[in-house]
Formats: sequence, structure tokens, C-alpha cells
Amino acid sequence: MSETARTSRTKQEYEQTLDASDKAVAQFEHKNRNFLDATQHFLHGNPTMVPVIVLVISIIIFGALAGSKFFSPFNLSLIVQQVSIIGILAAAQSLVILTAGIDLSVGAIMVLMSVIMGQLAITLGVPAPLAILIGFVGGILAGMLNGFLVTRIKLPPFIVTLGTWNIFFALNLWLSGAQSIRSQTLDEIAPLLKFFGESIAIGGARITYGSVLMLVIFAVLWYILNHTSWGRHVYAIGDDKEAAELSGIRTNRTLIMVYGLAGLVCGIGAWASIGRVGSVSPQSFQEANLQSITAVVIGGISLFGGRGSIIGPLIGALIVGVFNSGLRLVGVDVLWQVFAIGWLTIIAVAIDQWIRKVSS
Amino acid sequence: MSTDKKPVLSARGIVKRYGRVTALDQADFDLYPGEVLAVIGDNGAGKSSLIKALSGAITVDEGVIELDGKPVHFSSPMEAREAGIETVYQNLALSPALSIADNMFMGRELRKPGFMGKYFGALDHKGMQRIAREKLSELGLMTIQNINQAVETLSGGQRQGVAVARAAAFGSRVVIMDEPTAALGVKESRRVLELIADVKSRGMPIVLISHNMPHVFEVADRIHVHRLGKRLCTINPDDYSMSDAVAFMTGAKEPPEISAAA
Repeated sequence: MSETARTSRTKQEYEQTLDASDKAVAQFEHKNRNFLDATQHFLHGNPTMVPVIVLVISIIIFGALAGSKFFSPFNLSLIVQQVSIIGILAAAQSLVILTAGIDLSVGAIMVLMSVIMGQLAITLGVPAPLAILIGFVGGILAGMLNGFLVTRIKLPPFIVTLGTWNIFFALNLWLSGAQSIRSQTLDEIAPLLKFFGESIAIGGARITYGSVLMLVIFAVLWYILNHTSWGRHVYAIGDDKEAAELSGIRTNRTLIMVYGLAGLVCGIGAWASIGRVGSVSPQSFQEANLQSITAVVIGGISLFGGRGSIIGPLIGALIVGVFNSGLRLVGVDVLWQVFAIGWLTIIAVAIDQWIRKVSS
Repeated sequence: MSTDKKPVLSARGIVKRYGRVTALDQADFDLYPGEVLAVIGDNGAGKSSLIKALSGAITVDEGVIELDGKPVHFSSPMEAREAGIETVYQNLALSPALSIADNMFMGRELRKPGFMGKYFGALDHKGMQRIAREKLSELGLMTIQNINQAVETLSGGQRQGVAVARAAAFGSRVVIMDEPTAALGVKESRRVLELIADVKSRGMPIVLISHNMPHVFEVADRIHVHRLGKRLCTINPDDYSMSDAVAFMTGAKEPPEISAAA
């Protein structure tokens, strides 16, 4: 008996031949790859390059077709201005999609909070700064409600936010009585609400504070996602929630914070949207939910979570803006703009699927 | 194993029930300093529950777990890790899209010194990459050209290497490995067994869960046989054959009267 045991203490018989073989297991060297593989690996490491390339190509094409009109500082600043609200919502949407969720309620949260800010300031006479602050807190709470339902009641994000989308929209109609607050009324009582509609002129460009706000939001989120532990945890959760949990991350708490932060960004977007529209309009931005998802997907963030850079959706929103502006300047019917964005979305997801199949 | 040595990690009478199923039924466990303790048992014997209880992934209903003779209560894997117990899970618990360095420091990221780190939570990416590279080289997992490579671009053995390196780098008391060779080929298994020997040679006690008897008999100092939710016996691999171990594990043979190696 002990003889069997003795032999078993050494290398197994079938493994003796291993001495002669190459034992390098964990070498992280690169093999020679063909061009397509190299491209796939490059895009895998730099997922934002796809939208950047698309943006550059579309600028070149529309610039060639529409000429100097397209490249005028006024038009370029107009493009940024036009995508600013969708861009802010796309930033909020990105946070949720990075965790492999989806938030169909971002637009509804934004409009509801803009109505709350407007009603508090105009109808109830609350000082504008306080009304805005309450709108921010409301955004956080609305987002956390989504997060609570997703993590604690364990419902799919799609269903939760489909429900809250309708709930927030109904609340918005109730609070506003489906009535807009006119621009003049805002100017008289609470001009601060229109702050982000103001602009500074540099050369021929008209840069609204709303455009600047969008860029600042993306910069702050970029820092949070890439340079704080919390940001890395967001990626880890979207990548593999169970693995993240075993790595010691408190996944549910982080998820609720993600939805809460997305809600806060929507609340900030609410303030900016009042400036962009010039009034508080309960019927505005009805399609903003889906447009924000489009910008995120075109921006190269994977709907399956954990992959992509927050800068992608900014580029994605700009691509949509460039398409709309370019096609309009060339004189193409608006329906073809929608047509083109539709194809772009499908192609973006197809490319994402291809990149995710990367292997060593 | 001399009897006067005190166990590093031990459990007495731990019970874990899932509804009407009793996964752990008054189970005991002892791990002594510097040893490799293999835990074997049939499917459903409660090995996984035992390991999860020791690594903080589940909390036990009854019984005590002691680390260095002091009772501990882990309510999350994080608490067990903070106490110095690192676990290499069967699924490795790695985030495939994140880099090797990100994965090694997941949940215990280093912050930059100074203002940015303190008030803005800025991560010390360079420092983490440097340490990750050092830890991988210490275990002979070197020739890494890009520590920022995504884990999903690595082979199965390489991923196992990263998970083991993570555990070895941060485990100060105990390293637990759940089926580290189950998903690997012959060559890669051999490398992982060498890794286990490397980690052991630094004086770190290891708990190894495995179904692979040749691997168990090769690296283990003692074998804990788990059956029907409790420790059936502990045997010395020098005194018993693999078929004896399998016989104890499956109930085909009665265990020795006194735990031979305890």
C-alpha cells in the first residue's frame, strides 16, 4: 500500500514526457497576426476608435459635400449645441449600460425634474437656486428608485425603467397640467433656470453654457470611471457581477449608486434643457430615451456591459449631430437622416459583437 | 505534523442549511501552518459550502470558525480577505474585459499619495501595474509584455496564473484554491501544481479542493475527506493509496478509527 503511495508522491507517469516539452504557460507574448486580427485586437484595446473614425470620415464627407457652410464656426458650434441635451442623457445612460443594464427612464426623469424646477420656482415662488437643488435631489431619488428595484427586488433593468418611464411621464403631466411655462415668465421670475441657454461668442462660434456643461459632465465621468476605485468597480460589475462580488465589491450598493448618479446627471440635464428649449415644456424630449441609447451604442459601449469608454457616447452624439447638420445642409430630406442613424446603430452593434470575439 | 502545533484556520461543528437541505452537518476542519491540505469529497458532499464558509462567501448557521485560535465571523469575502484568507475560486472571479493589473487589485485599489488620491480618490495606476508585474515575476509568470492586457485575451492557464498570483500576493494567512486544475490541460495543470509548491515554499498554508487524485496525492501533506456534510477523516497520503481515498470518499470503505495524521 505504501508503495503505491510512494510512487504517487512524484510526477505522474503520463507527465514524464513533459520535461521535454515546452512548459511555458504564462507567457504573455504576442503572436504574429494578420491585418484583420491586428485590427480586432487594436479595437478591443481601444473601443472608442470606431466612433472616432466614423466621426472623422463623416466630417470629411459632409465637409466635401457642403463646403465652407459646414465648417463655419457657427455651424460647428451649432452641432455641439444641438446634441448637448442628448449628450448629457447619453452620459447618464452610459453609466447604466456599463453595468449591463439599460435605463429607458433617463428622458422622463429629465423632463420631470425640469417641470419640478419650473413649478417650484414659478408657481410656488421657491427661490430658483433651491428649486434647482430640489430638482437635482429628485433626479438622484428617481434614479435610486430604479436601482432599488433592480437590485433589491431583482427585476430586469429593462422592465423596471420601462415602468418608471411611464410613471415619471405621468407625474410630469400631472404636475405641469400638461402646460408649458413660457419663456417670458421664466425671464421675469426665475431667469437662473435659463442659464445654460446663454452663450459666449468666440469668432463666429456661439458656444452655449449648455455645450460647455455637457463637455464638463463627460470629463468628470471620465475621471470617475477611469481613475477611482468606484469607477473600476462599475466596469467589473458590468463585466461579471458574480466575479465582482467574489472580489469583494459590494455590487448591489454600487449599482444603486450608479442609477442614482445617472439620475443626478438627468437632473443636471433638466436644468440645461430649460435653457436649451427656452421654456419648461412637459411634452419635450419624448424620444430622448431612445436617442441617448443610440448615442451610447454608436459610441462603442457594449450593451452587454463592462466594455467601452465614456468618451464614446460623446463622439456618438456628435456623429448624430454631424449627420443631421450635414444632410440638412446638403438638402436631403429629414427622413434620410433617421434612415442613416438607424443603419449606423446596427453597424455599431455588429462591430461590438465582432470585437468581443477577440481571442489570444 | 506534530500535534502540539496549533491550527492556523479551524472550524468546529459548523452547520449550513439551505431550506431543507443540510449542506454542512456539524463539520470540523483544521489547517496547520505551512501545509498543503487537500479537501476531497464526492459531489454534493459539502466541499464547496465548507470552502465558502471559510472564505466568507456564506455565513454558517451554527458552529465556530477560528483563525489563529481567535473566533472570526466573516459576513463577506471582503472580511475574510482583510483577515488574510485569499481564495482562488473555480470560476477564478476575474473580470475578463479588465486588465491583469486591474484584476489583481480589484476591490483593494491603491490610491495616489497626496492631494489627488486623498480628496479625489485618484488611483495609482503606475504603482499597481508595477506591483502586479513584480508579483507575477515572483511566481515565474514573467515575460509579460503588457500588464494592461485584458484577461480575456489570456489562455486558461495564464488566467489561473493571474488568479493564483493575486491570492499569493495578498494572502497573509491562508490561500484556498478551488479546483485549480479542473479546467486545464496536462501542461497547464503541471504549471499550476508547481505554483502551489512555490506558494507553499514561502510558508503559506494552502487548502486545495480537487477531484484529481494524482494531483492531490502529489502535493498534499494531509487529505481531509469530506462526506455527507462533515469531515469523515483526515489521512496522510503516504499511508493510503488513491483507491483507499476514493473508497473513504464514496463510502465503499470505513475510515480509519483515529484520524491518522491529525
